[in-house]
Amino acid sequence: MAHGHKSNEKVVFVGDSRVRKKAKTGPSIPPDYSSYPGKSEAFIPNFLLKEWMVGVVVLVGFLVLTIAEPAPLGYPADPTNAAFIPMPDWYFLFLYQFLKLQYVSKDYVVLGTVGIPGVAFGALLLAPFLDTGKERRFYRRPITAILMFMSLISVFYLTKQSWDHYQHELKLTNTIPEHILREEKAREAAEKGQEPGGEAAAAADIPLVDKDDPAVEITKKAQCVACHGADLKGNEGAGIPSFHGIGDTFTKEELVDIVTNGKNNMPSFKDKLSPEEIDQLTTWLAKQKKA
Amino acid sequence: MMKGVYNWIDERLDITPMWRDVADHEVPEHVNPAHHFSAFVYCFGGLTFFITVIQILSGMFLTMYFVPDIINAYKSVDYLQHKVAFGGIVRGMHHWGASLVIVMMFLHTLRVFFTGSYKAPREMNWVVGMLIFFIMLGLGFTGYLLPWDNKAYFATKVGIQIAESVPYIGTYIKELMQGGEIVGAETLTRFFAIHVFFLPGALLALLAAHFFMIRKQGISGPL
Repeated sequence: MAHGHKSNEKVVFVGDSRVRKKAKTGPSIPPDYSSYPGKSEAFIPNFLLKEWMVGVVVLVGFLVLTIAEPAPLGYPADPTNAAFIPMPDWYFLFLYQFLKLQYVSKDYVVLGTVGIPGVAFGALLLAPFLDTGKERRFYRRPITAILMFMSLISVFYLTKQSWDHYQHELKLTNTIPEHILREEKAREAAEKGQEPGGEAAAAADIPLVDKDDPAVEITKKAQCVACHGADLKGNEGAGIPSFHGIGDTFTKEELVDIVTNGKNNMPSFKDKLSPEEIDQLTTWLAKQKKA
Repeated sequence: MMKGVYNWIDERLDITPMWRDVADHEVPEHVNPAHHFSAFVYCFGGLTFFITVIQILSGMFLTMYFVPDIINAYKSVDYLQHKVAFGGIVRGMHHWGASLVIVMMFLHTLRVFFTGSYKAPREMNWVVGMLIFFIMLGLGFTGYLLPWDNKAYFATKVGIQIAESVPYIGTYIKELMQGGEIVGAETLTRFFAIHVFFLPGALLALLAAHFFMIRKQGISGPL
């Protein structure tokens, strides 16, 4: 053959299957491991098996977490829900909290969204071109190391602060996060032998009794609807009860007391409504029972 | 048998050099926890990749049930979580894995930073690594919207508001992300596409570059 084909040669082409590539000058066998300094070992299979053992430990821990803590799911998105406290995922909290600081928000927000994070992340991205010395040990590179430590402390501090802030806000507004609330409801339903999970259908399905009662006008006049919603179904996530079926929870006397004196976050209505109106309203509310 | 199949393929494609490039290399003593326990810090990169693989696999299974429209997104997640056999586990793996991959990547980044491994000749690998970090944050942000519950909706709304405050191009970024005037149906399909196609594609390309460079340059030497 014109190409001088040898029988022990692997068939290699140069990109056109009619032209065979010339045999390499030497075999591409990497040097033996014993020629490296120290106690090195082969990646496959020796080291990879050990690393896989570490991986298995991580995997078991991960699966235990997955089974012990189901992924959260709240209630369907409702853009009109004004009471919901927005919360990003935990690894964005430091940025979220950072933007609440005085000199990087409002008039200076550009500094907060572009300026400082831009410099910080830009410096991180280009770290090899900013820290060009030959020294690799961090304690011999004090400036780089201190900058990194300070950034880490700020990130941890801001994350913690953001989380505490959120918890405080939840307490202040008497709110249970939706995914927890939903899980509790599902558990309660399951204990009662009902279908677990599913959407929060309980409140929604109870019809209003006497929809044409004049008391309905009072709910509009007294601005009940502002918190309890135009459909009077309340807002479970924010701890605002629904009027549908409220007669099952409270008696008329209790309702009079709640409307007159307020309860939790609900204000008193004794200045806004006359005793007769309160009587009329609560009589109607007490009638709201599940059929 | 396996050997026969290997030889059959090798004769035609000459895969032995490729295999050597990918897998056949030595692991030096200073990164091997079997010799120096403190070397466990060198495991975080591998674990990040491990969790990334879990994310890709669990995500592929999630798309079998997830419907990216505003009427059915929540319902499909709800169905998957509560009705499908092991659906809760698969979704749990994807949910917790998303956090875990950030943790592992964070630790890996700190290891590389404090051992000065980003220095010459490995500058490019550090930059690619940081780009992977940003892609991961993007995956976290876009994935957060997909269950379409209140938490998802309002977090995205705030995120887009923050992006809007960027001078000059803010409103364009906002419209690009939202796909319209409000956070709504278009935003959901858009985020789904970005989460499932665009960012994973970029991620895989960057990971390939990351691994190619580490194989080419080898791991950084002992301190």
